[in-house]
Amino acid sequence: MEWKFFLEQAPSGGMTYLGWLGSGVMWTLLVSICAWVIAFSLGSVLGILRTTPLKWLNRGATIYVEIFRNIPLLVQMFLWYFVMPELLPTSMGDWLKQTYPNLITLPFAQFSLWEFTAAVMCLGLYTASRVAEQVRSGIQSLPKGQTNAGLAMGFTLPQVYKFVILPMAYRLIIPPMTSEFLTIFKNSSTALTIGVLELTAQARQINEYTFQTFPAFTAATLIYVVITLTVVFAMRLLEKKVAVPGFVSQGGH
Amino acid sequence: MGDFDYKIIINNLPFLWDGLLLSLKLFFIALVGGIFFGTLLALARLSSWRILSYTSAGFVNLIRSIPFIMAIFWFYFLTPMLVGKITGQQGEAVGPFTSAIVAFIMVESAYYSEIIRAGIQSVPRGQPWAAYALGMNYWQAMGHIVLPQAFRNMLPIMLTQAIILFQDTSLVYVVGLKDFLGAASKAGQISGRIVELYIFVAIVFLIICFGASRLVKYLQARMDAGRV
Repeated sequence: MEWKFFLEQAPSGGMTYLGWLGSGVMWTLLVSICAWVIAFSLGSVLGILRTTPLKWLNRGATIYVEIFRNIPLLVQMFLWYFVMPELLPTSMGDWLKQTYPNLITLPFAQFSLWEFTAAVMCLGLYTASRVAEQVRSGIQSLPKGQTNAGLAMGFTLPQVYKFVILPMAYRLIIPPMTSEFLTIFKNSSTALTIGVLELTAQARQINEYTFQTFPAFTAATLIYVVITLTVVFAMRLLEKKVAVPGFVSQGGH
Repeated sequence: MGDFDYKIIINNLPFLWDGLLLSLKLFFIALVGGIFFGTLLALARLSSWRILSYTSAGFVNLIRSIPFIMAIFWFYFLTPMLVGKITGQQGEAVGPFTSAIVAFIMVESAYYSEIIRAGIQSVPRGQPWAAYALGMNYWQAMGHIVLPQAFRNMLPIMLTQAIILFQDTSLVYVVGLKDFLGAASKAGQISGRIVELYIFVAIVFLIICFGASRLVKYLQARMDAGRV
């Protein structure tokens, strides 16, 4: 395999091919992390709501989860990117397509703020439905006695959640949450269909310009594997650090 | 939403139907192939022969740590090369459908092998020992005693994975195949009405996958009841 071409000047962006890969990694991470912020916060709220006695909110959260879980991610990506601007009032749709993309010029990118935003929203809202299920099952796996004991101590239900249930539940779901983050990290490659030049897209682009199929895809694959291993290792350390003595978590992976 | 044009969908129904059939075909081949090779990978992973178990673990972990689309691209480029090597003819034409099938079987076998491995491990160790004590060999013990129980225990999770697989078939869009989503996208470009077509695709997927997930839930409830 010939690897030297990575140091040659690439046709655009004023970078070498290695620079293309680097910017791909950066955008993969940026999309994943921004989407994870949405997925984690919204997913937590939805998951908690699904365990509360608040009937209507509970039902609303269930409907959200069922809708977002049962439509393929790629279809959702197209709904956000192509369909949503058309469904908005004309003036808003035009603003979204013409003014919004130029608000900020993204560094090292050949795509606009709108592609990035659509990808982040889509991945975030989709993964929120999966995070919600993890949070719900984490809470439901705790013995019912914990809630009852909290209530018997005179805590209100929100206090029981804040001081008793959630601190336990979030420790228990560290392994499945790690998988969910890795899922968002891998799923971020679907953003290439709407023009976000993340890592997979850059590997494909390098292959198209240089015909160096093996080095281009091997390099990208190795980067994915290394980042995955790093995340798994870091989360294992975190899991050990916050473990409650005497309470064995289910593991995972 | 006022100018939602239903006629576009009706006019394109035969074309969309062909796309859905392609998606279903890919789904069934990947499901059968994925479970078959996934079972072999799981058996290899649990084998006491080190080389076999490390190779299986390496393959499964590698596939599981890269994006599905990346795997589709890999096999899109690799399959024609491999087929060319095997048949001895260079530049042998292998369509995107064949390479997509290879990619899907590979990826699904990695995902299914993890499910089946957990299923095999859920069968008490005494079961294979008893089978060996009765004079069965490895394949008899696995085929008649362990795997039937493993598959029974894992049926709900395997079906849930099948629903995910059905949704993932839409990813073949990236190699230009006209699956259900690809057909809708094409019809949308020609007619200039992508809004109607993408919403239609989303609703059809939602109905199929939601219905299927309800069935899995019902099945799970019945199995749990049977266990008491």
